[in-house]
Amino acid sequence: MNAALEVVLRSVIVLVSFLVLPLVVGQMEHKVMAHMQGRLGPMYAGGFHGWAQLVADGVKFVQKEDITPRAADRWVFRLAPAVALVPYLVALSVIPLSATVVAANVGAGVLFVLAASAVGILGLLMAGWSSANKYALLGGMRAAAQLLSYELPLVLSVASVALAAGTVSLTGIADAWSPLWLLWQLPGALVFLIAAVAELQRSPFDMPIADSEIVMGPFTEYTGLRFAFFLLSEYAGIVVMSLLFAVLFLGGWHGPFSDGLGPVWTLLKGALIAVLIIWLRVAWPRLREDQLQRLAWLVLVPVALAQLALTSVWVVLSSR
Amino acid sequence: MTDHQHSQADPPNERGVLPGLLKGLATTARTLARPTHTAEYPDAQPQLPPRTRGVIALLEENCTNCMLCARECPDWCIYIDSHKETLPATTPGGRERQRNVLDRFAIDFSLCMYCGICIEVCPFDALHWSPEFEYAEVDVLDLLHEKSRLGQWMPTVPPPPALDPNSAEPAEITAANKPARKAPEARP
Repeated sequence: MNAALEVVLRSVIVLVSFLVLPLVVGQMEHKVMAHMQGRLGPMYAGGFHGWAQLVADGVKFVQKEDITPRAADRWVFRLAPAVALVPYLVALSVIPLSATVVAANVGAGVLFVLAASAVGILGLLMAGWSSANKYALLGGMRAAAQLLSYELPLVLSVASVALAAGTVSLTGIADAWSPLWLLWQLPGALVFLIAAVAELQRSPFDMPIADSEIVMGPFTEYTGLRFAFFLLSEYAGIVVMSLLFAVLFLGGWHGPFSDGLGPVWTLLKGALIAVLIIWLRVAWPRLREDQLQRLAWLVLVPVALAQLALTSVWVVLSSR
Repeated sequence: MTDHQHSQADPPNERGVLPGLLKGLATTARTLARPTHTAEYPDAQPQLPPRTRGVIALLEENCTNCMLCARECPDWCIYIDSHKETLPATTPGGRERQRNVLDRFAIDFSLCMYCGICIEVCPFDALHWSPEFEYAEVDVLDLLHEKSRLGQWMPTVPPPPALDPNSAEPAEITAANKPARKAPEARP
């Protein structure tokens, strides 16, 4: 009974943070992007600097009509937002904020997170294929090509960290972290960051939704709450990838007073990465489709492989 | 991959793409650190320059119904109705006088393109630019301002801007400052 209660409690906490953190990141994007462009961003909703803008947006989305195109593959079309959203919820549940603050401490946490977040791609493919719309189909194909290309450098750079720590547990990797990692895992970290931004389909890698080319890609036909779920999954993805980056490459809860302030450090580092991801969107233009593939296969994969080789040599030499 | 192929695929920038990317990051970061230029309009009134073309005000007393404005208006959005009134002679045996009476003066701001030709062309300074701009309506027909409404804009017309330093004095002031002609001396 007690164990069941604990499971429920942990699930509720994960669900609440899953609903709150993406909104925080979204609001941060509103404000940071606005000020980077010399604007103020939302100022009215909620009174103080428009803090409730995304809540108001949510209320607006709920009120909108839920349209399913007549030619659409009905059930696939309606299921796709959930398939895109839920994997990030699952992934978030195993990301530790400190050695003890973790909803579900999975042994092979790294594999679990990567596998779960890769499922989200299916949601985009389903949406693109079932919409019966040429733009949605193009976007879906672009998403598939992009996510396939960038999954590899992502996994390779994570493998390097796992190799360096000698474990695939997220808490184990963060515990094995030392400030020296910032230096000799730097190429892998950069590859992970670029690949993560591409996985999230954020600018400058937003060709699948490229609204100036193919309307909104797979989301073209979506309205109301289902469209909002896709947007939410994007920001949930930022949260997951930022926290993952903080845990894998920035040492998570390592920092002054890490005994008491461990989770704060993880969240702070994650927020820093989230701001960086937002910053890239503001500063950089979109890549072309062939440039995207070129970057993945000719730059990121070789760099990630070199990092993996460097790490294995280091591990072998230092374990002697 | 050879360098030749590389230069074909990449933008024609000799130093590669990295400096441009860093420059983009630096520019956005610098903008983030600076205060924004946004004027929060409904909360703070905008600082409008003098001679702002907000709405056209009518000083009815100056209007002589000459119709110049209505005829010059490029989109014919000025409506003027008038009639002549005969004033009885003020002195016995005098002549009766006629004068124009303005019945209707209306500007349809749903048609007006704010060119200001009517104001330029008015010989009697009956029309003026006012900087007021908050007269949006739900119904487009309500944008037809009759002369009473046009007259209400008159208090919002700013005084004309001061002359440039060192410019010549206006003709009216020059004329007023001329020494009065001496009275002819009385003959002995």
